[in-house]
Amino acid sequence: MMKMSELSYSVSGTDILRDISVEIPARGMTALIGPNGAGKSTLLHLMSRQMEPMSGQVVIDGQDLATITAQARALKLAVVAQHLNIASRIRIRDLVGFGRWPHARNRPTAEDRAWVTDAMTHFDLIALQDRFLDEVSGGQRQRAFIAMAYAQDTEWLLLDEPLNNLDLHHARSLMARLRDMADHQGKSIVIVLHDLNYAISWADHVVALRAGRVAFEGPVQAMATGENLSNLYQTPVAMDHVDGRPFARYHR
Amino acid sequence: MALALCVLSLCSLFIGVADLSLSSILDDPQVLVVSRLPRTLAALLTGASVAVAGVILQLLVCNRFVEPATTGTSEAAILGLLAVTIWAPAWPILGKMAVAASAALIGTFGFLALTRKLPPEQPLLIPLVGLIYGGILGAAATFVAFQADLIQYLGVWMSGEFSGVVAGRYELLWLAGGAALLAYLAADQFTVAGLGRSASLSLGLRYHQVLALGIVTVALVSALVIVTVGVLPFIGLVVPNVVSRVMGDNLRESLPFVAGLGAGLVLLSDMIGRVVRYPYEVPAGTVFGIIGAAVFLQMLLGRRSYA
Amino acid sequence: MPDKRLIWVGVALLLAMALFLFWGLRGKVWFIMELRATKLAALLCVGIAIGTATVLFQTLSHNRIMTPSIMGFDALFLLLQTGLVFALGSVGYAQLPAFGGFVLEAAVMVAAAVALFGWLLKRTRQDLQLMILVGIIIGLMFRALTSFAQRLMDPSEFTMVQGAMFAQFSGVDDGALLASAVVLLGILAWLWPRHAVLDVMALGRAQARGLGVAYDWLQFQILCTIAALVSVSTALVGPLTFLGLLVASLAHSLMRTHRHSLLLPAAALIAALVLVAGQTLFDRVLQLQSTLSVVIEFGGGMLFLVLLARGHIR
Repeated sequence: MMKMSELSYSVSGTDILRDISVEIPARGMTALIGPNGAGKSTLLHLMSRQMEPMSGQVVIDGQDLATITAQARALKLAVVAQHLNIASRIRIRDLVGFGRWPHARNRPTAEDRAWVTDAMTHFDLIALQDRFLDEVSGGQRQRAFIAMAYAQDTEWLLLDEPLNNLDLHHARSLMARLRDMADHQGKSIVIVLHDLNYAISWADHVVALRAGRVAFEGPVQAMATGENLSNLYQTPVAMDHVDGRPFARYHR
Repeated sequence: MALALCVLSLCSLFIGVADLSLSSILDDPQVLVVSRLPRTLAALLTGASVAVAGVILQLLVCNRFVEPATTGTSEAAILGLLAVTIWAPAWPILGKMAVAASAALIGTFGFLALTRKLPPEQPLLIPLVGLIYGGILGAAATFVAFQADLIQYLGVWMSGEFSGVVAGRYELLWLAGGAALLAYLAADQFTVAGLGRSASLSLGLRYHQVLALGIVTVALVSALVIVTVGVLPFIGLVVPNVVSRVMGDNLRESLPFVAGLGAGLVLLSDMIGRVVRYPYEVPAGTVFGIIGAAVFLQMLLGRRSYA
Repeated sequence: MPDKRLIWVGVALLLAMALFLFWGLRGKVWFIMELRATKLAALLCVGIAIGTATVLFQTLSHNRIMTPSIMGFDALFLLLQTGLVFALGSVGYAQLPAFGGFVLEAAVMVAAAVALFGWLLKRTRQDLQLMILVGIIIGLMFRALTSFAQRLMDPSEFTMVQGAMFAQFSGVDDGALLASAVVLLGILAWLWPRHAVLDVMALGRAQARGLGVAYDWLQFQILCTIAALVSVSTALVGPLTFLGLLVASLAHSLMRTHRHSLLLPAAALIAALVLVAGQTLFDRVLQLQSTLSVVIEFGGGMLFLVLLARGHIR
């Protein structure tokens, strides 16, 4: 379980997040939703200690994240950032290989290599493995970074808008893969999603942010109501059910 | 590559004002040992370490278009040298070197602090700011040198050349070579740092320590090279870019090639400089300034996709 | 009715000129007056040329942090000058009449700059930062080429061009000054009726063309103008990288307008004011010789960084 208590973050006097206290259950998929500028990405960064909060703490399984070493943290929690424009020219195989770095440092074992191959297979990268990162499309690059985080084999996996550059096929299969990891490998996944229907049809939990505060949070089935979502986005959202899952209608 | 380096080095041994043939070496090895050999070694060491410093800086800043000589590091080192020349001219060379390295360190940190304020989606702003920053430090150095009547020194430090290298006056460069070798031990760390702050933190890299190690290496190499032979621009820029284009940025694989290509190109520039206006000499830095700029322009304008 | 702020700058400039001419006048009054008047004329020419050229260049590049010298214009001029000395030899170069020699240099400069920067503007139109970076690198390459060419010269030829490498305001040649003034006046007379169309060009190529401006042809003409202006100032005193930036941003923040009928005179006057006042200060008060250019470079460079850090780049 990840427990955040009274997290605050501000940039030059302007509050981005104020007094966020949320518990995210382990083993499952939690979606962070909310309108633009609500603070979703910032919260994700605070969870992973990419940024340090002005106040408050993040505790995973009783351990304060601020007190453990960077390497110990990297064995517990992997992050896929939103902006992946890097100047470095590196082969996809090598990039995914660095996912094993927290485990092996400079001496990868046979097991590490098996993990890398496994990750590339899962994310459809085998054919691209010798290509350089700046020679593949945005979606392929995104998948490479997700595969790297997968190879890191951490209990927690944090993703910031991973569907951004992905086509229909790869977006769907990524969500299915994450779902499978949550259901069968006992992973805990936190994901920032823009597409409301992806969020409510795949995730178990939602945390909805609005203007730096938690608007509502809890199990998707209970919280994804027309009223809640309409208020969150300040736009009429009607709820339907498709195949037993909630489905939001807001397109017109 | 190793073979090419050997051939170049052999040629370098036999090019110069004083005639040198195999038989004359056997008679009198003086020229070889005192002048040619040190000069060749100095060029090799300088080229290798400057190229390595360049690639490290590029990975730390996450930008392809920077090098120590265009981001204020060299100018800062020169300011340090000026200061020590004015206030403590009697210090031993190692002491002067330490001051120059510290100044280079501060200057590089200043540049890094500046780049943190720039929007990441405009990657070309970083080299631009670096050039201006270097220009300001350079103007300060010129002003100080002018007031203290040290303009000639400035000229010597600013243009890298190997004509003054003889045995006993280049050995500091071994330190620079050592620093570059040390950097190789942390090759993986630098590669990860090149993936950006976010990815490095996610992988558990002690980002700030690696940053500090990298900057110290860059500053040390720059200061050592300036003290012994002077600024050699474009090496640290062009060589890593060429190598990266061919074999990528996994430093563990590519660093030996960066060092080798840097060493070879500097030696070649020095040899061209020795031959082109025989018996006078053109500084290797000037020769490479022209070749390097042309190659770099080709790279800038020739690139098709840019993230 | 001219703008009030312009009048104030003008008055300040006149005051500075008077101070420069008459302060501390002793001994052979007429002789000193003549020396000072020549120097003053040079300062005015340089200031007006740099101020105007920078505003024009910023308009063409749609960017407030550009100056012609960042793009290597003055490096190109030095390279050409070195090339001329190299081609003609020191004797041949010295035999060139000052007036005709200057006009020749300026003409070569305009041709080279138009060929090079016209190509560059076209090639990198989509990417402004790329253009700046390429310009800087080209500038560095020109400097390396210049020093390379100088290494190939005889020492006597070398001293000939070495004087031109650093900006200095003393020892201006009368003939070159006269030629510069003539060129400068011609340019200003050509430019002035075009201030309104410059306002439209500042909107960008697509918009300006939509409004019926022959953008490419005008851009070509203005590029020629800038090259000529840079020749004037570089020939007179040598390269000054950041003065233009300093005065252009001062002009922008003083006038707070996009209108070139105000911006151009403001930049020209402010540049002249900075130079004359600065020179007075350094010559008469601080008794420091030839360091004004370094200080201007330093101040202008700092300003550049502040502008960048504050995000004043479009």
